[in-house]
Amino acid sequence: MTEKSHDPNQMTGAAMIVRALIDHGVTDIFGYPGGAVLPIYDEIFQQSEVQHILVRHEQGAGHAAEGYARSTGKPGVVLVTSGPGATNMVTPLTDALMDSIPLVCITGQVPTHLIGNDAFQECDTVGITRPCTKHNWLVRDVNDLAKVLHEAFYVATSGRPGPVLVDVPKDVQFATGTYHPPRKSDVHVSYAPRVKGDATQIRKAVALLANAKRPVIYSGGGVINSGPEASKLLRELVEVTGFPITSTLMGLGAYPASGKNWLGMLGMHGTYEANMTMHDCDVMLCVGARFDDRITGRVDAFSPGSKKIHIDIDPSSINKNIRVDIPIIGDCGNILGDILQVFKAEARKPDIKQWWQQIAQWRARNSLFYKKNNDIILPQHAIQRLFELTRGKDTYITTEVGQHQMWAAQFFGFEEPHRWMTSGGLGTMGYGLPAAVGVQVAHPDSLVIDIAGDASVQMTIQEMSTAVQYELPIKIFILNNQYMGMVRQWQQLLHGNRLSHSYSEALPDFVKLAEAYGCVGIQALKPADLDGAIKEMIAVKRPVIFDCRVAALENCFPMIPSGKAHNEMLLPEQANDEATATAFAGGKALV
Amino acid sequence: MNQPASAYFIEDRHDPNETHTLSVLVQNEPGVLARVIGLFSGRGYNIESLTVSETESQKHLSRITIVTTGTPMVIEQIKHQLDRMIPVYRVVDMTLTRRSIERELAMVKVRGQGEHRVEALRLADAFRARVIDATTESFVFEITGNTDKINQFIDLMRPIGLVEVSRTGVAAIGRGPEGM
Repeated sequence: MTEKSHDPNQMTGAAMIVRALIDHGVTDIFGYPGGAVLPIYDEIFQQSEVQHILVRHEQGAGHAAEGYARSTGKPGVVLVTSGPGATNMVTPLTDALMDSIPLVCITGQVPTHLIGNDAFQECDTVGITRPCTKHNWLVRDVNDLAKVLHEAFYVATSGRPGPVLVDVPKDVQFATGTYHPPRKSDVHVSYAPRVKGDATQIRKAVALLANAKRPVIYSGGGVINSGPEASKLLRELVEVTGFPITSTLMGLGAYPASGKNWLGMLGMHGTYEANMTMHDCDVMLCVGARFDDRITGRVDAFSPGSKKIHIDIDPSSINKNIRVDIPIIGDCGNILGDILQVFKAEARKPDIKQWWQQIAQWRARNSLFYKKNNDIILPQHAIQRLFELTRGKDTYITTEVGQHQMWAAQFFGFEEPHRWMTSGGLGTMGYGLPAAVGVQVAHPDSLVIDIAGDASVQMTIQEMSTAVQYELPIKIFILNNQYMGMVRQWQQLLHGNRLSHSYSEALPDFVKLAEAYGCVGIQALKPADLDGAIKEMIAVKRPVIFDCRVAALENCFPMIPSGKAHNEMLLPEQANDEATATAFAGGKALV
Repeated sequence: MNQPASAYFIEDRHDPNETHTLSVLVQNEPGVLARVIGLFSGRGYNIESLTVSETESQKHLSRITIVTTGTPMVIEQIKHQLDRMIPVYRVVDMTLTRRSIERELAMVKVRGQGEHRVEALRLADAFRARVIDATTESFVFEITGNTDKINQFIDLMRPIGLVEVSRTGVAAIGRGPEGM
């Protein structure tokens, strides 16, 4: 025993975990204790460098860590127990994998001699999470633990970021072994993500860009993941080339919404001008996006006349959905820098005045139009007011999934990257509230708002308790239309108006619910109340649930209908009210 | 194209399928085979044949040979998806290199008497199959060759009295002095 105390690197597995977190600069983790992680919790108790945020459900820990990661660029760290603790993490891990969010999840496991025995709270964690992590490990020997933990951080944060999981049996947590600080040899030699783009491809790309008549830049979440420098370079490229730019849901904020070349978001609920520009362009520069099916619409009619350049760090994103002409593998910040350099040295700003005139005509269609109403709050109006009243403030927005998410993307203008946290790929209802918890932990003095729907928010509402415990003044701005709005919209459009189980029959009183949790409840019923109520929400330095009662029947437009191409969008003025209204013949009143 | 009511765009792809043999060099660690197989099942790719064994025990390297079918776009995806797995060192499309040798071993049990036994032995000789077990009413043949040759041999044995077959799956290696 005395000998052990001489070597500071001799410690238990549990102590190694906490030490590794400190060595990787982790200051906050999200978790929930249980039998198989108690030794680690004991170590956490006896130190003060790593703050642990106790959630109310492991899924909440996962999404909080995602919000933390997305808003800081640092990996989010989660600590949960074996069995149900691990299975409850499946949704956030999958979510993080789809949206390329760096997460390090540490799970407890039953002692090694019990693995495979159907022991209490045992599950095959690495088996279950294999398809929803970038990589995962089961550590059977305490002397492997340090190496695995360091590798886990490296894998999560390098290349295309993503979630990783380290499963640590309880006996390994108790066992004593040798710790070492992070070092290069901790990483699989087989893992070497490519950062620098191929120079020949970059030259070809610049030649194409320089001669474009109808160009467009289509950027995505990869630009955000690459770090703030990539967004700066993207802005510079737009400036230098004068090209129009659109972005995916995940990429909002990389180019400012107030920028003059901004077309708005593209895709299924993107703007008319963005989608038409994509459809009719002759050169498309895709930066850190992946031609997802919500973006492309019908693939055989996707931007048929264009040459496509695709920058992505993940070679498997290339030619997955859409054949491209010039793929460039590498980090988009790095490659954007190279493109800019070559462009500035060898090319001039192409004359695309005619193209801009065409775009102006599309813009004039005003595809985000909605009819103002003095009696009922329209959800679009609510988001516009929220945006106006938070303008200039240090604001972070998270969302749940559904109509409110699309309206937020359409009507809230993002000026900076890392300010917009949403579940894009997986579409996880219940993401936004815990994500807001995570964002607020990372940015305690900022204004953090979860734009929510009445259905989504109930999936993880229990995390209000976490917000209250840690005095995290998150604002839950619920666009309450008493429906699963997006489900209803699809049922109206595609399933003969049969609104099967999309009406929320027994909603809680959100104001009372807020009070029950010990936070503040605010309600807005009429357009005239809205501004005052939002200002009140912003002013309150406590967690708030804001029940914004909006028009129940409003649908999200413009929209690319099923099986259609970008140039066949349904615009708001074409979406007639009658079809919508007949769906509500049952007499469910507005609001 | 008739589009059913769906939140997804359903498209028909008519590209013809191709068969490719992939050699995958991986770190031999727990779960690595499950990762590779899980990738195929999870993403809906086909496995026609799969052969795995450790090939360099000092370096803990295993070589996986996979025969798969798909459209050219899908084959390209499979290679990229394999390549981005953390314990995968290299993926080589042996079919694209056009310089590979493929071999498979099969053990074929045949039961019969009289003329059938003579015929079986005669065919085995023609295919250079060896007898590795014999009773008065059966043989087990060992045959090595490419997949087509083995299929052909099995087809010929069927009317003679084929009982069962055990095959190793395809192993592939490139011609010439270079390694993969």
